[in-house]
Amino acid sequence: MATTPLARSPRQRSIVSRRVRSIAPSGIRKFFDLLASMDDVISLGVGEPDYATPWHIREAAIYSIEKGQTSYTSNYGLLELRQELARHIAGRYGVEYDPRAELLITVGVSEGLDLAMRAILDPGDEVVVPDPCYVSYSPCVTLAGGLVTSVSTCLGNDFKLRPDDLEDKISPRTKAVLLGYPSNPTGAVMSKEELAAIAEVAERHDFLVVSDEIYDRLVYDGEHTCFSSLPGMKERTIVLGGFSKAYAMTGWRIGYAAARAEIIEAMMKVHQYTLMCAPAMAQNAALEALRWGEEDVREMVEDYNRRRRVMVKGLNDLGLQTFEPKGAFYAFPSIASTGLSSEDFAERLLFEEKVAVVPGNTFGRCGEGHVRCCYATSLDQINEALSRMACFLSKLRS
Amino acid sequence: MNLDILKILEKDARVEPDQIAVMTGLPVAQVKQEIAQAERERIILRYRTFVNWEKAGAEQVWALIEVRVAPQRGAGFDAIAERIYRFPEARSVYLVSGAYDLAVQVVGHTMKEVASFVSEKLASLDGVQGTTTHFLLKKYKEDGEIMEGTEDRSRLAIAP
Repeated sequence: MATTPLARSPRQRSIVSRRVRSIAPSGIRKFFDLLASMDDVISLGVGEPDYATPWHIREAAIYSIEKGQTSYTSNYGLLELRQELARHIAGRYGVEYDPRAELLITVGVSEGLDLAMRAILDPGDEVVVPDPCYVSYSPCVTLAGGLVTSVSTCLGNDFKLRPDDLEDKISPRTKAVLLGYPSNPTGAVMSKEELAAIAEVAERHDFLVVSDEIYDRLVYDGEHTCFSSLPGMKERTIVLGGFSKAYAMTGWRIGYAAARAEIIEAMMKVHQYTLMCAPAMAQNAALEALRWGEEDVREMVEDYNRRRRVMVKGLNDLGLQTFEPKGAFYAFPSIASTGLSSEDFAERLLFEEKVAVVPGNTFGRCGEGHVRCCYATSLDQINEALSRMACFLSKLRS
Repeated sequence: MNLDILKILEKDARVEPDQIAVMTGLPVAQVKQEIAQAERERIILRYRTFVNWEKAGAEQVWALIEVRVAPQRGAGFDAIAERIYRFPEARSVYLVSGAYDLAVQVVGHTMKEVASFVSEKLASLDGVQGTTTHFLLKKYKEDGEIMEGTEDRSRLAIAP
């Protein structure tokens, strides 16, 4: 029998690095395990579209495989895809990116975020992260050797980041702010004017803006503002985008980073030694999506919008205060009126009525007192979930 | 006419006006009024249920009939088309471009019944110059619905 020498080290040294140990395990793991053992659960805990990828996109990927396009691509990604992407971004947001030097195809925004952090952070550099936010933000900063500075956002301000609150968190070591609007988990969207105020702070204190815009196409009232389209911001912004949410392509794992050449070059350096390139067939699918997927996006967004209204009205009617989410596909009701913690609420709702939601504290301290409900599920399921929640709440309140 | 209301009803005719109002952000009264108007103007023709009869065990025979006709002075193809679509056996009637003029879908209980409808009622009409009958062997997809088998989609029930 072989033994692992390290495990028996007399110094009792841990196998796992201090840095990885310092990261909290995902809060939703527990719910995942609970759910796996239950039947007849309606899940509002999902984090992806309920559509399969449109067939023409799948077919394009199959065709590319049949033609034998199964090799490595350029580290930056297929040039054709970057060219199409450059046209797409210029057309939508009016920002010109050089497809040869300012765009990088990544394995989802997840990789893009990791690359961005590794490319810009030195040990001890600080990144300001709004709370609540997507679960990867803080760990990615920590893994890259940076320090997270949380800035609170709240229901009273529709979970938008206020420039004053941001400015309070700035220190000489602040390297960047990490924005994610439209927001997972809150559905908050920031308007052009509100983002311009953030840009002004970034300019004045000279830090970078990493803008996760994976939900850019899922905006319901008004238009999405690409952060780099703000005056003077292209130079100091890393835009992270992708195909998962807009084209229902989560499993393909294709995203991109758009930034000035110096930053993309640095991100590419990490990318080439870790990922080499994003999967070729998935890149071909993404190319098809950009060229011919506009109608799909339009239809899906129309449909999300209808379900969004049903969910938000339903939650408010239940007495759970819910601000109107203007983007993504989540509602983030306050459950404060029940007196329960987010986790207790989610756990009891799951056990008693078999509805799964994600406790808000998963997304940060400021998410406490809320739960995340995804409305990317069928109308029947939404209605059934709402009526089960009504039962749950009436028992709770009686 | 609000197209949004129609799109919702086309997908699922059971959605109640109250729900449509929430989905579209319109007042309930307006939704009801628009639906009533659409019914009146025959924009909404009918509310129907789409049944897979084969699965239900009912015998049905479908055929696509190509009909070549001589257009009539003053009435074009419309008069002959009307003569055809008056028959309940003709489930749809289209004027088409190409090698023939009218495409007619016919349904019956047996092949014999469909064949005799074509030969006795359709082919014998004044102005019909010829017909070609294609019996349907299998329906894969109809009206946007795949008849057999669906995609097995499973999502992570909980994801960040």
